[in-house]
This record gives sequence, C-alpha cells and structure tokens, in this order.
Amino acid sequence: MATTAGTLPRRSGTSWRARTREGRFALALLAPSVVVVFGIVVYPILRTIYTSFYAVNTPFPGHFPYVGFRNYTYALGNSEFWSAVERTAYFTIVSTGFELVFGMGIALLLYAPLRGRWLFRTIVVLPWALPTIVNGAMWRYFFDAQYGVINAALTQLGIQSSYHAFLGSPFGALNIVVLADVWKNTSLVAFFLLAGLTTIPRDLYEAARLDGYGRWGAFVHITLPLLRPVIVVVLVLRTIEAFKVFDIIYVMTGGGPANGTQSIAFYTYQRAFSDEFFGYGSALSILIVLFIMAFAILYIRLLRSDTYAVG
Amino acid sequence: MNDSRRFTIFIHVCAVIVALIFLAPFAWLFIASVSSQAALLKVPLHWIPSHISFERYHQIFSSPQGTIFGNFRASLLNSLIVASATVAISITVGIFGAYAFARLRFRGQRASLLLFLSTYMVPPIALVIPMYLIMVRLHLLNTRLGLIIVYCTFATPFVLWIMGNYFQTIPRELEDAARIDGCTRIGALFRVVLPLARPGLLSTMLFAFLIAWDEFLYALIFTSTTAAKTIPVAIAEFTGRYTTDFGLQAAGGILAAVPPVLIAVVFQRYIVGGLSSGAVKG
Repeated sequence: MATTAGTLPRRSGTSWRARTREGRFALALLAPSVVVVFGIVVYPILRTIYTSFYAVNTPFPGHFPYVGFRNYTYALGNSEFWSAVERTAYFTIVSTGFELVFGMGIALLLYAPLRGRWLFRTIVVLPWALPTIVNGAMWRYFFDAQYGVINAALTQLGIQSSYHAFLGSPFGALNIVVLADVWKNTSLVAFFLLAGLTTIPRDLYEAARLDGYGRWGAFVHITLPLLRPVIVVVLVLRTIEAFKVFDIIYVMTGGGPANGTQSIAFYTYQRAFSDEFFGYGSALSILIVLFIMAFAILYIRLLRSDTYAVG
Repeated sequence: MNDSRRFTIFIHVCAVIVALIFLAPFAWLFIASVSSQAALLKVPLHWIPSHISFERYHQIFSSPQGTIFGNFRASLLNSLIVASATVAISITVGIFGAYAFARLRFRGQRASLLLFLSTYMVPPIALVIPMYLIMVRLHLLNTRLGLIIVYCTFATPFVLWIMGNYFQTIPRELEDAARIDGCTRIGALFRVVLPLARPGLLSTMLFAFLIAWDEFLYALIFTSTTAAKTIPVAIAEFTGRYTTDFGLQAAGGILAAVPPVLIAVVFQRYIVGGLSSGAVKG
C-alpha cells in the first residue's frame, strides 16, 4: 500500500504559487472523502481509546472509575487472551499460506492457454463472490456430525467406518474454519497474482528459454522475483483480513468447542457484548490495532528492501 | 507424446480438478435447496434426490411479511439497497479524491493517503460500541441509512486506493490536450479521464459492492428488525435458530449469493484489468 504513494511521479519546477493553488484544489477534491470517512470514524476511535482507560461495564453513559493501563495489563497477563492470539496467529499463517500457494497455482492456470478459459475464470470467481456468512453456514452443514455430506461421502466411500464429529474437537474445528476460509479466499489471491502475471513482459520468458531454462526454471527465476511486490501486497491484505477474522467464526462455531476457534476479534466481541466489559473490550480492540500495525510496518519494510533490490 | 503435449494435458487436468473443487459445494447447496427435509436427514444419504421441489424459493418470494420467508425477502431487499447506495456514494465521493491523489501535488499527500488506508487496519469491533451510541443518539439505529453511512467509511478508502492508481495509468497528455481546448480540470476529469477509466471504475464498483454485501458485524449490532436487517444477519440468525433445516438454509444461502455472484460473473473481465493497473502496479 505504501508503494502507492512512493511511486507517484514527482514534478519539479512548479512555482510556489502554483503549488499552493494546486494544494487548495486538492483539498477541495478531498474534502468529501474526508467528511465521509473521518467525519464518521475519528470520534469512535478516540472514544474507544478513552474508554480503554476506564472500567466501563454498561453501554450507557455514566461515571466510571479511571483505571489507567490496568485493562491493558490485565489482557497482557491473561492466558485466555494469549491463547486467542495464538489461535488467530495459527489461523492467519496457515490460511494465508495455503491461499498464497493455491492462489499461485490457479493464477498460473488462469494465465495458461486453456481451452474454455473464460469458463474456468467464471468458475474461479464464484467462491469469492459467495458471502462469508453463507460460506460459513455452508461448511458447517457439510461437516455436520449427523447429516453432513462430508461424513456421508467418507463413510459411503469406506474411508471411515462411522460418522465423525469433525467440529467437535477444538483443533479440528479450527482447521475446518481454515479450510472454509481458504476455499473462499484463494480466488481473490489468484486474481491479484494473475493481475501481476499480466504485467510481466512475454519476451522475458522467450529469453529464459533461449538461456536453456525449463518451465520450472523460468518460474523460479522470472515469475517469482517479478511477482514479489504483488505477493507482498496480497500478503498484507490477507494477513490484516485474517487477523480480524470474526464473521466466519461467528456462524461456523461460535468460538467453540472449548474456545478452540475463539479468535482475538471473537474474544473481544464476547468480553464486550456478552460480559459487557466495555473498558476491557476497548483495550483489547486497541491491542488488535497495534498488532495489525506491527504487521503492516513489517511488510512495508519488506516491500521497501524489495524495491531497492529490484532497482 | 512430446513434452508440450503432456504439459497441455497436465494443465487441463489441473483446471478440471480446481473447477470441481469450486463447483461441488455450490452443486450440493443447490440440490439441498430443492430436496425434501426428510431426504436431507436420511442416513445413508442419497446423492440424487428422488423428487425436487422449488417450494422454498416460491415461499421466500410469496409469503407475507412477518413469516420467516417474508423476513428473508425483506433482508434481501435491505442488502440490495444498502450495498447499491454504498457503491453510489463512495464512488461519487472517492473519484474526486482519487483524482487529487493521482494528478495533483500537495503537502501531506503521502501521509493523507496512508491515513485513509490505515482505517482498513482498524477492526470493526474497535468502533462498533461508540458508533452504536452515536446511532442511538441520531435515531439511526436499525435504519438502512445508518448502515450506508458506516459502510461508506470503509468503501471510500478502497475507491481512493484503486481509482487513484488507475488514474495514474491514463496518459496525462490526453487531459492536457482537453484543457488546451478549453476544458476545466473537472471538465477534463469527466470528459476525458473517467471514460478512459471505465474498466477501473467497474472493477472498483464490483469490489465495493461485494464488500458492502458481505459486511456482518455492524449490521449484526445496528439492526434488529426487517426495517434494516441485511441478508448476512438474517442467515446467521436463521442457521443459529433452525440448525437442522438445511434445505431452507441452502435456499436462503443461494438467494443471498445470487446478486454478488451475478455481478461478479458479468463484470469478471474487469477484475484483472482493474487490479493490474490499480492495485498491483502500486
């Protein structure tokens, strides 16, 4: 994302007067966006930061004791919080990893000279367009312990002897949530990578062929290095999205069983809305923002060193 | 058999496998939606239903308000209105800002773009409580307008990002020529830049629609009746309450998927174009 601003063409030699005029014009053009976005979100953000320093336990206005950083220290010293962070990290790394690998494969297929390419592309679009909540409900049904089609298929094919409660074990359930997420979001990753592939000049491959590289060699020495910026962008987007994961967990498992799928966003939701610990919930959500910002900075660093390397 | 022929067969086999993995869940969802409840609960399961019925779809479209079916229809309509309005507003507002980021030089340009994009890092859970209180005070709770206002806060930065990058791919000379011919900057934006940016515009609209259609947490907290409840909330509620009515879950899921799937399929050829010049070149 940072590259967007980084690669803006610089125009030198414009006079100071022209630049202020341009600045004022830019301000006028940006004003509607500023109002629509920051006019709505700034107060809630400040309010959440403020609330995180108080022991607030009702959604209604009132007088609450100031507790300083105690909501934060409570979270950081709480094993439930760290388990939720661990599960979220697992979910983020595994789902993003699979999406990247499968997405790369599908992007290469979409780019390859397939017969009925448009049909294949249409099919790849479908999971991405399916709403997350429908996707979650669908996979919950497929993995149902009594009536699910996965159980029916595995039993009828003789792979398992009796029906199995896939969503009954905490770790199993987490992996099924990963599966559902990967099934839906791989398409988006594939389209991003395909967009990157189309920007690679074809004659580079020709040159690689003349140099005696095979298909795999061309992929490793041309495609992968040139796709690195795109891969980083996708990685940023998917990591942030995965770290905020809430919807699919809400509908598939409700955070269970035994909190096995309780992500950090879901843990925050439960503390704030089930227990009405709004002060603590606010501190938790600020911590999520800090985690995500740490990721973003890390990736931006990665991307920067990358652009220098390429030139 | 030579290497190139073997490779051709290999990629076609791969494509067929991927297609099956993506299509099978949809196929079963559809079969479940037209099978009888008894057939779906049978063990061992019969994969091909003995008789099919579109009764559930019929009921969703014809039952009176207040029934489960009528509520489904109402939330479908709410989602359509909220998502379309979000797209319309965020595109209209965002186009000007995107143009400023792409074509003008001003102090704090980089910082302000990053500030817009950083809103993406804030999870809805961090904003939903204070926003709820504001909604109560402004009497926007459980209204479509309330949702539209909130959805524009995350759709607009997205428009700024994709369209800002897309505008940069349009040669500046074309715009300069129009201005020499007497166009104002805004005139050139509408007459020259926007028509050329149509693919980027369509792909941005597609993404914005899908994001708005998919949103769940705000809608869950802010809406409570058919006056504003969106389809993801309706489906989450329904699947939570009638856990084994898989047929109706499937029918509702299919209907909830039809608008975004239809739009994505129709505009799919713009996805890659919009991304490659918009987001990826970045």
